[in-house]
This record gives sequence, structure tokens and C-alpha cells, in this order.
Amino acid sequence: MSAQVIDTSEKSAVAFDVERVRRDFPILAQRVNGRPLAYLDNSASSQQPRAVIDAIGTYYRESHANVHRGVHTLSQRATEGFEGAREKVRRFINARSTREVIFVRGTTEAINLVAQSYGRSNFRRGDEVVLTQLEHHANIVPWQMLAAESGLVLKVVPIDERGMIDVAAYESLLGPRTKLVTFAHVSNALGTVLPIERLIALARARAIPTLVDGAQAIPHMKIDVQALDCDFYAFSGHKMFAPTGIGVLYGREALLEAMPPWQGGGDMILTVSFSGTTYNALPYKFEAGTPSIADAIGLGVAIDYLGKLDWSAVSAYEEGLLAYATRRVGAVPGVRLIGTAERKVSVVSFVMEGVHAHDLGTILDAEGIAVRTGHHCAMPVMEFFKVPATARASLAFYNTREEIDRLAAALGRAREVFA
Amino acid sequence: MDLKDLYRDVIVDHNRRPRNFGPLPDANCSAEGHNPLCGDRLKLYVKVAGESLENLAFEGSGCAISVASASLMTEALKGHSLADVRDCYEEVHKLLTEHGYVPKRDLGKLAALSGVREFPARVKCASLCWHTLIAALESERQPVSTE
Repeated sequence: MSAQVIDTSEKSAVAFDVERVRRDFPILAQRVNGRPLAYLDNSASSQQPRAVIDAIGTYYRESHANVHRGVHTLSQRATEGFEGAREKVRRFINARSTREVIFVRGTTEAINLVAQSYGRSNFRRGDEVVLTQLEHHANIVPWQMLAAESGLVLKVVPIDERGMIDVAAYESLLGPRTKLVTFAHVSNALGTVLPIERLIALARARAIPTLVDGAQAIPHMKIDVQALDCDFYAFSGHKMFAPTGIGVLYGREALLEAMPPWQGGGDMILTVSFSGTTYNALPYKFEAGTPSIADAIGLGVAIDYLGKLDWSAVSAYEEGLLAYATRRVGAVPGVRLIGTAERKVSVVSFVMEGVHAHDLGTILDAEGIAVRTGHHCAMPVMEFFKVPATARASLAFYNTREEIDRLAAALGRAREVFA
Repeated sequence: MDLKDLYRDVIVDHNRRPRNFGPLPDANCSAEGHNPLCGDRLKLYVKVAGESLENLAFEGSGCAISVASASLMTEALKGHSLADVRDCYEEVHKLLTEHGYVPKRDLGKLAALSGVREFPARVKCASLCWHTLIAALESERQPVSTE
């Protein structure tokens, strides 16, 4: 541990009270396998503050009914809560209008929506979609499914040994047949922050629409879709301290307006007859069936919660914590860090000589430390680094240096198990 | 939860020095097993003569449990009748999944796998080689997946 790291700690400790924040997350105050839980799997799913958990209970106790249907009081309450959450999301990402905020189950469904609706109606045989080697399977497979059906061609932007994408290669892949570019804002497997402002600008200069997979960025940085100037931005509630089962597709209104619905059912129609059906306006055109009302309300409450935090302090704290974790884990004998990009958030991915990642996961769990092990739904990334799997510690603002110390100490002992 | 129960000495030993590791030139059937979740991959080579599993070997990479389980399996089954191999498979399967299961036969070193059932996420690691063996014996061409 160097003096430099300790300095960062003291600076951020003044501005950000991690112990106070931790008290807002009831699940963290438990023991797992006899040790205090150290939850370091936030890239897979984050935990929820009490306010979010309580809001779900309150909704079901006091306000539940179906939305957009009844004239009765509960239906109005539910509708107000649900649409109120949409307005909170709009402000949170600075969309122009709530018509641009589509509620979905999560990032995966958002990407599938774009592929099935925008892709199917706009792509012709031989058209190209540019994506990166860093993508989560959720931003690969929907395009492959479309490619198999329509003759779409996928062009993959390579990465380097640090886990950064090659912007020049990206630019060279943009051509007359490129009909969409899509990329993660932050790599889930490595934590690399992609230079998306540049990537979007290069696409925009060629009038190519852009879709950003924001699942891993949304809990760590302020997103302004107008400043980014992207056409679509997808994210999940459960990665940003909200419930599972709710996510958002932001889409530029003009594009969404021109897109056909992708699922049919209630709520997405204005009139139905056997001679023809007229579709509802945005955003409802893309929200067939009863939505996840309570979870949407929970997402709104999570946004309220995040809004009360001092984000410059949170960012400084997270940055210090990641630097500390990178240094501590990297110093464990036998550890090789996977992904050392200049700009990263949250993630320390690594392998240990002589100990398979899956064994590491079990050994750490025995000490109450939760990390993800495996391919992180990013098998092309694993293939690039020629590892079958990595262990991944992923941080949130409620994690502490003490938890990192425990992780490093447990890793130091892991090799003893196999000695 | 005691790690020593999972990583018993015999498992650590077979992970460090896997037995029957490598190709089997005179194998007459083989199969590949893959556990996508954790990245375990193994290829199993089997030589069947009549009703007997005359020889078997494996290669690949994976976690300690998957490697040790495959090593222990090859050691335990060499020279056994195919009927006995099936019986052994059933017994190990129950040992891995049924709490407090007492095997109907002496499983020898394979009994060291009993600790795995306290770690539900690891059962797939231990069972991969067994599923792969059955696939090899049935000469299935497709890789086995535990997913």
C-alpha cells in the first residue's frame, strides 16, 4: 500500500461517508458463512436501498391496480406512480420527452427491441452493424439472430491487450452499408470506459444511428442523452440500485415514431378490430401488456436516492476505491489483471496462476466475499485474453477499503488451499 | 461451510497431478464436455472392448473439482464392465446431489467427492466428466453441456 493511495482515502473520506451510505442498504449488514458480507458483484447486480424496498411494499399495500385502464382510485394511483417514475427517468437521463422513455425488462430486452423493431424494418441483406469485441452477449446475440434471418453482416471492432477498443479501426469499419453502430458504454467484463462521445460523433457525421449499452455505466456516471447525442441508450434498473424486472430504452423520438411495434397486446393499441388495429402513441406503442409497475416505481425511488448523493464525492470515492483495489489485487502473488485500460470504472478482473477462477469464487465465498467468476457473458473477451474464465470484483459506492483488504488477504491464502 | 470438506487432500492431489491425462491413441470412442458457466472443458477418450471399459483418459482444462473428478473417474473405472460403469455413475450422481446419501457400494477414492454436495454451485463441475463419459459410451457426436 503506498502513501499515494492512503492520501486519496483521506480526501474522499471527508466528502463521502461510506458507513452512512451502507446503513441505507439493509442486505449489506449480514454475515455470510460466518463473516461479514463483502458484496463485490455489483456489475452482475447491485443491491437496493431501504427506500426502494419500502416503496415496493407500500405500492402493493396501498396503490396496486392495473395502469392506464380504470377510472377507479387505485388504478389512478398506480398510473400516477408509474408515469411519475417515467418522468423521473426522463429527468435523470435528460431525455427531451417521456415519449422517448420506453419501459422494458432490462438492457437485454431494450437491445432486442431495437434489433427486432428498428433492425427488421431498416436492414437489408448485406447491410452492416458495427459492434465491438467488448460487448456483452446481450449486445451480440440479438444481432446474430437478425443476421441469420436477414443477411445482415456484423463488423467487429477489435480490442488491444489493455482492453481498449481501436477507434481508428472503428472509423475504418464505418461505410456506406453501415446501418447501425452499437457499443457498451462500459465493458462489463473489464470495466473499460469506451470513448463513446467520439464514437457517436464519428457515426453521426455519417448519419449512422447509434445504440449505447449503458448497463454498466448508469450506476457510475451522469448520463445526458442529449449531450451524448446518441439515438438509443439502454440500461437496467437492477444495476443502479433499483429492482430487477425493469429497465429503460431511451430512443430519439423521430426514430421511435417511425419504428413498428415489436410485441402486440394490450396498452400498445388505440383500437382493435378484425379489420385492422391502430397502435398507441409513444411510449406505449412499445409497452404491450401489463408492465412491471412496482419495479418502475422502485426505479423512480432509486433515482431519487441517487439524486440525494453528492456525485462529485461519489465519483472521487469510487475512483479511489478502484485504484486501491487494482493495486491490492494486482500485488497478490500469481495474480494477473485482465483489462488495464486507461479509463475504467468499478471492475477488477483477474486470473490467478495455478488456481482456476471458479475455485477462487468458492474460496472467497467461504469468507463471505461475493465475486463473479466465469466468462461474464462476454466470451469474445475471454477468447481475446486466452483465458477460460476470470474472477471479477466489481465495486459500488457502498464498498469499502476494508472489504478490498479482505479480498486481497483471502486471495493471498487461496493458493495455500492447493499447496 | 468448510473448504477442507470440498478441497480434500485427494482432490487437491488429483488436481495437481491428474491421472490418465492425455490422449488415448487406441480409443474407439470419445466425447467432449463443456461447462460454459465456468469454462471447464474436457475431452474424454474411451476404449471399449466387448462389455468392458478397457481404458480411458482425458485432457482439457477446468477448475480443481472438474479436473480431480475426471482424474478420479478414469482411475476408478479402468477395466470395469460397462454395467458396472453405469452403476457407478448412478451412485456418484446420488452422492453428489442427495444430502446424506450412503453409497450402496464402496466407491473408494470417489467418496472424496461427497463434500461437493454442500456446494451446490460446484456439482456441475464434478459431474461434467461423468456426463461426458456416458455420452462417449453412447457415441454421441455433440459436445456435452451441463447448462
